Amino acid sequence: MTLDDLSRHQILELLHKAAYIDAHRREVSHTCDGRVLATLFYEPSTRTRLSFETAMLRLGGKVIGFAGAQLASVTKGESIADTIKTVSNYVDAIAIRHPKEGAALVASRAASVPVINAGDGGHMHPTQTLADLATLQSRFGRITDLTVGLCGDLTFGRTVHSLIETLCRFGNVRFVLISPDELKTPQYVIDRINATPSCSYVEVRDLVSVIGDLDVLYMTRVQKERFFNEDDYLRLRDTYILDEAKLSLAQPHMAVLHPLPRVNEIAVEVDDDPRAAYFEQVKNGMLMRMALESSVIGDELPGYVPLEPKEVQA
Amino acid sequence: MEVTSIQDGIIIDHVPAGTALKVLQYLKIDPSKTRLALIMNTDSPRYGTKDIIKIENVEGIDLDVLGLVARQATVDIVRGGRIVEKVQPHLPEHVVNVITCVNPRCVTTTERGIDQMFHLAHSERQEYRCDYCDEEAKL
Ligand SMILES: [Zn+2]
Repeated sequence: MTLDDLSRHQILELLHKAAYIDAHRREVSHTCDGRVLATLFYEPSTRTRLSFETAMLRLGGKVIGFAGAQLASVTKGESIADTIKTVSNYVDAIAIRHPKEGAALVASRAASVPVINAGDGGHMHPTQTLADLATLQSRFGRITDLTVGLCGDLTFGRTVHSLIETLCRFGNVRFVLISPDELKTPQYVIDRINATPSCSYVEVRDLVSVIGDLDVLYMTRVQKERFFNEDDYLRLRDTYILDEAKLSLAQPHMAVLHPLPRVNEIAVEVDDDPRAAYFEQVKNGMLMRMALESSVIGDELPGYVPLEPKEVQA
Repeated sequence: MEVTSIQDGIIIDHVPAGTALKVLQYLKIDPSKTRLALIMNTDSPRYGTKDIIKIENVEGIDLDVLGLVARQATVDIVRGGRIVEKVQPHLPEHVVNVITCVNPRCVTTTERGIDQMFHLAHSERQEYRCDYCDEEAKL
């Protein structure tokens, strides 16, 4: 599945389920009894795999799969489609991670069970975006009417593009795009904001000058290999590091997000600040994967009352 | 220039000058096995110069593909030596196995036995993107 395949109502329903799961962990712990999830990781991404697997285990289901090194012996050079057709016979749902862009679509067309995209190259990583949305929802009780700053590498950061595009579907967001000229937001993402009348954006170079306006600050890694020379990198790097000094200029309710792992773009001293939300984001990622896995398999969470359609704005 | 008129087949007119061979390639017509006439870089009142392709005895040409490679072209259907129908190609919504994705990170470069599939992402800009990786097509 991609996020575009999910209606706005379905996304809100998943957010609602994640909150319910968090508050009713014991009640939901047998939701997927007897179910099996396959995690097929064609490239190592231990953090994401652990999140998918823990989510299934916490729902009472079981997990099979392979990752990285075991790949060669499992697939023996087989096509993705053939592996998926085989594994479809064993399990109730598949989570796939693959370095090639579009691999998840190949998998979902070949599969006879639901397929969740756990990242296909630099293309899409929908469950990261769901984790980001869940973090906004839990911090603010909404994913609209926010001023969202995105800081760092806005050119190559796919999670940033996906978050902007998804927030545009719900509307009423002011984006503050904070990056060096070398790493500005690509035109197709700007087009998406422009095509949304209730959303707006500004592009700035300096984090300090805007941090006081933000409800959300989404930090990303600024990678050295994106720069032509070392001097540019060193000059710019510090501008995009968040520390307590910069954070002291921010509003008390601001939330700091980061897709993790970080390198040095958020100083460790920030971790203890109540505004740091990036480890919560990890928890929300697992909760959203629990909501998603139980939903695609079709197992109802005990005691859960679905969102009324009328609660969703048109 | 003297060109034998065709009895039954199609005439593709207003092909952009110099692109007739590319158009044949996209239409999957093998010039060594097909009876056809090419007129290249001839005068066109409308576009200055143009190419014309006349093909005898054709069946099942995918004219959608023409919309892709020669948007301004027109197609005359000829039967018994007379033009019986004129067709204007339109931009197809989906294109299967006509364009190849150029993105080296795309799954179509490694996965065996899958179709090259593109969709019309932006009709004004005539922009096609790969179904798999969303890379823009290079025509
Ligand atoms: Zn592609």
